[in-house]
Parts: sequence; C-alpha cells; structure tokens
Amino acid sequence: MIPTSFEYVRATSLEDALAKLKAANGSGKFIAGGHSLVPLMKLRLSEPQLLIDIGRIPDLAGISERDGKMVIGAGTVHHDIATSSVIRERCPVVADAAAMIGDPQVRNRGTIGGSVAHADPSADMPAVLLALDAEIHLKGPNGWRVVKAPDFFRDLFTVDMAHDEIIASIQFAPLRTAAYAKLYQRASHYAIVGVAAALHVSGGRIASAAIGLTGAASHARRLTNVERALAGQPLSQQTIAPAAQVAGVDLAEVNSDIHAGAEYRRAMIPVFTRRALESAMARA
Amino acid sequence: MAPTPVLPKLVGERVKRREDPRLIQGRATYVDDIKIVGMHHLAFKRSDVAHGRIRSIDTSAAEAMEGVEAVFTGAQIAELLAPMPIGTPFPSPPHRAVAVDVVRYAGEAVAVVVASNRYTARDAADAIVVDIDPLPAVVDPELAMKGQPAVIHGDFPNNLAVALVPSGTGVSADGKVDDSAVDKAFAAAEVVISQRMMNQRLVPNAMEPRGVVAQFEPGKGSMTIWSSTQNPHILRSMIAAMTGLGQDQVRAIAPEVGGGFGAKINIYAEEYVAAVISKRLGIPVKWIEDRSEAFVATTHGRDIIGYIDVAAKRDGTVLGIKLRLIADIGAYNMLLTAAIPTLTMMMANATYDIPAIRTTLTEVFTNKTPTDAYRGAGRPEATYFVERAMDMLARELKMDPADLRRKNFIAPDKFPYVTQMGAVYDSGEYEKALDLALKASNWKGLVAERDAARKEGRLVGLGLAMYVEVCGLGPSSSLPTGGWEHGQVTVERDGRISATTGASPHGQGNETTFAQMLADQFGVPIEHITILHGDTGVVKQGIGTFGSRSQAVAGTALHLAGGRVKTKMAKFAAALLEAHEDDLVFENGTIGVKGSPASAKSFAEVAGYAYVPVPLPPGLEPGLSDEAFFEPANNTYPFGCHISMLEIDRETGEPVLLKLIAVDDAGNLINPLIVEGQIHGGLAQGIGQAMIEEAVYSEDGQLLTGSFMDYALPRATDFPRFELHSTVTPTPVNPLGAKGVGEAGTLGSTPCIVNAAVDALGEFGVTHIDMMLRPEKLWRIIHGGKA
Ligand SMILES: Cc1cc2nc3c(=O)[nH]c(=O)nc-3n(C[C@H](O)[C@H](O)[C@H](O)COP(=O)(O)OP(=O)(O)OC[C@H]3O[C@@H](n4cnc5c(N)ncnc54)[C@H](O)[C@@H]3O)c2cc1C
Repeated sequence: MIPTSFEYVRATSLEDALAKLKAANGSGKFIAGGHSLVPLMKLRLSEPQLLIDIGRIPDLAGISERDGKMVIGAGTVHHDIATSSVIRERCPVVADAAAMIGDPQVRNRGTIGGSVAHADPSADMPAVLLALDAEIHLKGPNGWRVVKAPDFFRDLFTVDMAHDEIIASIQFAPLRTAAYAKLYQRASHYAIVGVAAALHVSGGRIASAAIGLTGAASHARRLTNVERALAGQPLSQQTIAPAAQVAGVDLAEVNSDIHAGAEYRRAMIPVFTRRALESAMARA
Repeated sequence: MAPTPVLPKLVGERVKRREDPRLIQGRATYVDDIKIVGMHHLAFKRSDVAHGRIRSIDTSAAEAMEGVEAVFTGAQIAELLAPMPIGTPFPSPPHRAVAVDVVRYAGEAVAVVVASNRYTARDAADAIVVDIDPLPAVVDPELAMKGQPAVIHGDFPNNLAVALVPSGTGVSADGKVDDSAVDKAFAAAEVVISQRMMNQRLVPNAMEPRGVVAQFEPGKGSMTIWSSTQNPHILRSMIAAMTGLGQDQVRAIAPEVGGGFGAKINIYAEEYVAAVISKRLGIPVKWIEDRSEAFVATTHGRDIIGYIDVAAKRDGTVLGIKLRLIADIGAYNMLLTAAIPTLTMMMANATYDIPAIRTTLTEVFTNKTPTDAYRGAGRPEATYFVERAMDMLARELKMDPADLRRKNFIAPDKFPYVTQMGAVYDSGEYEKALDLALKASNWKGLVAERDAARKEGRLVGLGLAMYVEVCGLGPSSSLPTGGWEHGQVTVERDGRISATTGASPHGQGNETTFAQMLADQFGVPIEHITILHGDTGVVKQGIGTFGSRSQAVAGTALHLAGGRVKTKMAKFAAALLEAHEDDLVFENGTIGVKGSPASAKSFAEVAGYAYVPVPLPPGLEPGLSDEAFFEPANNTYPFGCHISMLEIDRETGEPVLLKLIAVDDAGNLINPLIVEGQIHGGLAQGIGQAMIEEAVYSEDGQLLTGSFMDYALPRATDFPRFELHSTVTPTPVNPLGAKGVGEAGTLGSTPCIVNAAVDALGEFGVTHIDMMLRPEKLWRIIHGGKA
C-alpha cells in the first residue's frame, strides 16, 4: 500500500480519542481494524493526515451482558463475536453473521464498530442490528447519545454519527429466534443480498417480526411489509413462505453491478428472506 | 572404515520440497528485498483512459517536489529506448515502453518518476497532469474486426493483428489451402454440432507482483538487473539488445520469484525503462508493482472465441472439426502474445483420431491490457472447445460421454501419431486414463447418485473431459529463443555437489526434484547437493521456465551433465582404488569396487583427489565439473481424464463443486508429491476459470474487476478435496521418460466442470453455457429470465 503520508497516534481512552480527533481539525480519522479504511487509503480515495488508532483503548473491545442486554464493545473483532459462547448461546444470529464476513484475515482484524460506522451497503452486520433493533452507543464532545439501528443507517456510507463522535458499543436485547441468510459475492464475500430475520414468538404465534435487509439497496433497511405480514400469525411454514414473497417489492431502486443485476437481486430478496425466516423458526 | 548409512533411492519418492521452509518462514529474498546504497525508486503515471490522444503532460509540479530526481515522459523515454521487441514472427505495430501521443489501454504508462523513495515517487506521479482527448474504446473483438468503433493502430486495418491464418488438413507449408478433405467430412456427416464458445479473459495474479532493480555501474560499464521473471537469460539478451550493451556486460538475476503462471515470461516496459534510466542517471533504480497495477499492467490470459463445428456419424464417429478462432489480444503484441492462440490451433486434434480438421485464427487488437501466456497458454482453450463440443455431441446422440470419447481415441499402436495439425504425439494410452478415471470415480455410482438427487428435485450434474497437453517445449525449430536447456554439475573439493540449471523455478520445486536425481546418480545424500538457478552470472546459459519444460528438458540436461562428471570421477576413483572404472559403484556416499564395499573410498576423498591429483592419472585434467546442453527432438504430450460432480441451487443459481477426480499421465514421475502440488494448483486455476474468475471490462474500456474485491481468486474453501490418480506412459523423447505437469491441471478441469453444469441444467434444454458459471446466468437458465 502506497497511501499519501499520514501521522499515526494511539488513543488511550474514548476521551483521548475524541480530544485527538478534535485537535486534528477535520484531517484526522479513527482506525480500528483498518479493513475498510485502508483499502480506501490504498486507492487514495481517503487521504487522512492523522490516523488515530482506537484498537487498543482498554475496554473498547469485549462482550458482556448488562441489565438483560448484550453489550458488544465497538472494538470487538468479528472473529471474537463469531466464537463467543455467550453470543452463540443467547443470540446466535450475531455470531452466525460475524462468521460469514469475508475471510479469516478480515474477521481477525475488522471490528463491529468499524463495520457499523463505515456502513458499506453490502455489509452484513447492519442487517442483523436492524432486525435486533439494536442501539448504537455514541460518545461525543457533548456526552453520550444512543441511536436505534433503524435510525442510524441513513444512506450510502451515511449514518447518524457526527464527525466528532465515536461509537463505543452496540447493545441489544438477545433473541434466540433470529437467523441470517446471505448470498455471497464470490470475490469479496460481501453480501449480494443478506437478510436477518428476528421472530418474537409467543404461544405458537409470531407476536412481532423484524427483518433487516442488506446488499440490495443504498443502505441496510427493514422490510416492514414482510414484518406486517407476519405479525400475529401462527409460526409455520404456511405463514412464512407467502410473507417472504413480498420482500423487497416496495424497493424503488435495487443495486446492480457485475456480480448481480437488479432483476436477479430483486428475485433473491424473497429467497433469502424465506431462508432466514425458516432458520429463525427452526430456533423457536 | 566406519559403516556408512544406506541411502535410499530418491527418484520416484515423495520428498518434501527443500525450498519450502525458507518460503514459509519469510526468509526468502525477493526483488523487493534487494536494497542498494543510493537506490532510487520509480513510479509510473498510468492512463486512466482506455483509448485517447495525449494532448499534454505537465510534469512541473512533480519535478518541483522534494526528493524527485527526474521525470520522463513517453517522448523522453523514446529518446533512450527503441520500440519494444516481440518474440513472434507476426507483424506488429510499434509499441513504446511509455506511451507517446496515443494511449491504447487503461493502465498504459504515460510518464515515469524517479524519486528518493517509493512514497515520494507515487506522490509525484499523482502530481503529473495528463490531458487526454478520449477516442472511442474498442472492447468487443467481433466489432473490432470490422474496424468498429475505431482503429487502434494505423497500419492495422480493422484491428487485425493476424487475419484468418489457416492450419490443419490440407494446409501446405507454404500456406496453400485444400479444403476438400474437410468439405468431404462435413458432406458425409449425419450430425453436425455447431457452437460459439467464449474462453474468457483471466488475470494471472501471481502472489508476488512484478518488480525490478536495475543497477548500471558506470565505472565498469556493466548492468545488473534483478527481476521477478521466469527467464533471466532471455531478460539478459533483451536488456543487452535494448541498452546497447553486450550480453557479457549484463547480468540478470531472478531471485526468489513468487509465482508467474506465464505472465512473467514477457519482458516488460518497466524492465527496459528501469535499465535505461539507471544507465542514463548512473544510479540504481527499483520499481515494485502494486496489486492495483498488477491487474492492468501485467499481461492477461485466454480471451479467445471459438466457433466450433463437429461433423459425426450417428454411431459417434467424428469425421471432422472446423474451429474458427478469434483472439482478443488487447492493445499490443507482447513477447509471445501472437503465438499463444497458435497453440490452440495446434491442439485441436485433442485425443481423437480425426481425419479432417480446419482451424483458422484471427487475432484482434482491442483497448485492453495485452494478453500473453497464462498457465496452459492456448492448450486449455483448445481442450475446452473440443471437450465441450464432444459433450454436446454425446448429448445430441444420447450417448454416454465416455463411450463417445472411447470410440474416437487415437489407439495406442498409432504412436508416434502425426495429428492433422502437424504435431507428433510422442506416446499415449488414452483409454487407460479414461478407464482409471471411471473406476476411481465410481462413475456408475455417481450416475446413480445424480439420478437419485434429481428425483428429489436437485440439480446435480456430472462432467467428464479428456485432455492432451503439449509440454517440454523444444526443439529450436519451434522456439525463437532456442529449444534446449543447459545444466552444469560440479563436484566440489569437499565432495558436495553444486549444480546449475537454466530453468528458473518460481514454484516448481526444481531444487528438490533435480537434487533427487543427482543424489541417486552420485549415490550421495540430497543434503549435500545445492541447485543454483536464476542468475546469469552463475548459470552460464539457459532459456527459462515455461511450457512445463523444466523436468523434461532442464532435468535431462542436468542428468547428462551429471553423467559426464560421474564418468570422469570414476576415472579418478579407479586410479585411487587401482581398479577398472567400469567395475565401480557409487553408493551411500562412497565409490568402491562392485562386490567389495570394504575397500570403498569416501566420495569426498575421491573429490579431494580430483582437485589435488598427485599423481595425475594419465589423460585426465584436474577437476570435476561438466555441462550439457539438451535439445529434445520433440515436445512431450501428457494427457489425462478429469471428472466432476456439481450441484446448482435451483433457487439462486449458485453452483457448488461436489467432487473432482483427476487422472493425469505425466510420464515418469520424479516426485509424486510435487506433481500433486502442481496438479492442485492447476486444478485451482482451471476450476477458477470455470466457476468464479473473469476479467470484465466496461464499454469504455475500464477493467471492472480490478481488485480482489471484484475478481474472485479461488480460495481453498471453494474446492472439494481433490481425488488424484495417475497412469504412467513414459515419453521416448528424453532419457528420463518424464513429460511435464506444470500446466496440465488447467486443461481437463475447466471443460469437465462446464460439462457438469450443462448436465445439471439439462432439463431446461440448455446445451452450452459460457464461463464463468455466474449464479445469475444459471438462475436465468433455470427461471427462463423471469423472477
Ligand atoms: C477482503 C475483505 C472482505 C470483506 N468482506 C466483508 C463481508 O463479507 N461482510 C462485511 O460485512 N464486511 C466485510 N468486509 C469489511 C470488514 O468487515 C471491515 O472490517 C469493516 O467493515 C470495518 O471494520 P474495521 O474495524 O476494519 O474499520 P476501519 O477500516 O478501521 O474503519 C472504517 C471506518 O469506520 C470508522 N470507525 C471505525 N471504528 C469506529 C468507531 N468505533 N467509532 C467511529 N468510527 C469508527 C473509521 O474512522 C473509518 O472511517 C470485508 C473487508 C475486506 C477487506
């Protein structure tokens, strides 16, 4: 990699990271795993003058359970999420999706915070966090802010995060009955279409459902029409299959590239929605 | 004398590669590890336009940057360097190392910076402002042939580099064409299969990108050039010719080379430019290609359209083949570019006894990266076209694909077999390979498995393909570089052995296989042998490593040189032992008289005596070193049969390779472990082509698959466990009986997988699918284009 020249500093705490970012006056950037940022620097599409490494901030990485909520530090790498026994036990969809990201190198460096901040339209984690209605916990000069995933992912590489904020953690109520299904792009392994389905089940019925879609459009989003079709219905294949059929029909625009044209992508949304729902149902 | 350990024979054994520990531990020296005091770095400014007229180049900002030594535009380089030479006899437009006036592909160099470090060099290259007036980009070869939408080289109307060159039955040496036999075959046909097939463009992607260090020493008037190349001796000749130096004044070194796959045969613009800049400025310069550059500035492979017609009787007898080839060679001729598709013509006979074949070849310029050799280089393309067509014929005739092939094989008693294309196949037992593949794969069982899966609604297919390959490239009449190889063997004073080879390995494992041969020949431990290569200052002569020729040609040269040294050493030993040289045995690190091991002298003692020969045996010169040039009378023709099982997801079109069984016959094997490694690599690339690899260009000539994010390089997880088997049919062409195996894996795997895919989708009436097996493409076949 031959990027433009930059300075490198290591942050020791969230406050230190924010102070360093402020001092850089707009020319600084946080680096976590570097697996989205460095490819951009390689192409000189990103030319930060100061890299602030947040990878060694104590306690930024780690997985815990607090007040019934799972708390994943923003600096936690995909591999640690994929192999966490508490995540596997309490909310396996998150571990599944993490295990499906890229390849071992990517999973050993890339972080959940970086993935969420970068908001690649084909990234896996955003779909899962949408389905879990997760909270993004941000710290800025004016203190803490919590944004729900559906409000966070706004557009192509665009999220509800100010330039002077940092993501500290991702938090969500664990749910066993959720699953992720993905059509791989064979080169990068990003999602051509990825669907996360979360089913809140009670008494053999789907009390409510939340479906997150990635890869298909400018940014990850909820499939609210499918969610409506499922709500209150009995938990069965007969419910799931027709509900999945409407997945994506209300999308005005669908991505198209050499790996998958729009028509094919559209056709894959219901397929992977149904597969995710079936896997989620199998966990009930 | 203490009892000596018994040394096992090593030829034919699975000896682990001696080169691997240093490679795995990161202790090898690649070009980028070469550092010289005062060394400067080059960075190339490249065109981001595929086709256009250069209006202006402003280098002032770059030149003003601290650390920048010089900036050269194409015109300035042209003052130092003639247009780049090619190694084929075809007409070729002038090709400037750095573009002058017109750019013809995105990635072509337009200027070069010399700076004190790599980062400054790149910053300066970015600061050069190039104003290019775009011209229409030529990307579709079949439009290009009509001169649409533009003509790329003024003297080549309709972009035709090579126009309709015929070969095969009835084509005489002076180019006269008699079509009567071919016409007769097609007139007699009861069935004709016709299909257009695309053998798509691939990016070679060696793990180590290219790189060069050039050091002209003004005091000596000589040049040393380190390069990540497959053929340092060719590099030396070319650099000498292009810099005005003698071959004695240039030393070319290929240090550790991290793969080449054919793309490092060509001598590139960057190598010539580094050499002339070092000479001009009197300083050493280095250039290391980055991965993004490697995608556009290193030659691509394949990219050839085949229109194939097969004439047959309803009983499956093939009467004739017509194959019209259109090769998209990109913007320029490189060293071997024009010759690669001629190998596709040459192998159109495949493994079959076919009475009439007509091939024609057209090569077309487009605004893309030039093509050149890529693993298999022309032969996988031929195999693909013929084996796909044979499968279509079997389907049409409702014949078992194995039976159809069996019916048409060249029988073993017909070897040496002169093909319609003029090749002389050395030896072959095709039916044996087919039978072993059917047995090893349990073909009948696979058919039952497939049929059972289909009953469940699954789309499972089986594919089979035969191949015959041409390896061991020589003799000199077929190669402009000369078709021999050189080897030198020296028994050192301490009894250890140094051997040099003109082959320049970059993953082939010659340090192991060649040492195995010499260890057996001299009866010494393999640890006592060093194989030297890749340095023209050390290796007197050589051609290089390509065309799967190392073992067959270079291995034989070393074997012959070793024999000469051994003969001389026996004379010294005979003098010491007061025995007759014919009665001596070399074994277990000793030389002794047959039947009386107790009197044997150690190998080292005899070696020492040869260098201080008191008394000097009459008629002998001191020393133990000799060489050999080996030129084979013919190529070798390895062959095999590959079988695959594949499943396609009905809902998504995603293909999954379930099984791959390969039977390969490479003649005698020196080291089956290394052979398997070569086959694994070849299979990976062959499967990659069938399933996930494709260089895609946009309409305006931009490479859309310009990084690993979009160009799928196969990973281990993309494959099932390969099941390998071999038959052994030695070649009479060299005394080792070894044929070559470096490329073979890419030949059979590709068509056998597409055959399986077509089989899997048979219920949808499809008879051919162009590669790669993109899920969307398969999904459209399954769903008739509807969602
Ligand atoms: C070959 C390859 C394949 C991949 N495949 C996949 C895949 O299949 N699926 C998938 O989802 N992803 C994939 N990725 C992306 C991978 O998951 C990245 O690691 C991830 O998107 C970014 O995380 P990071 O820690 O590397 O972030 P970095 O690259 O370090 O940073 C990315 C951006 O986020 C900002 N940032 C990072 N952390 C924070 C924080 N805590 N607060 C605020 N801003 C922050 C940085 O400033 C930067 O702008 C792939 C990447 C590569 C290179």
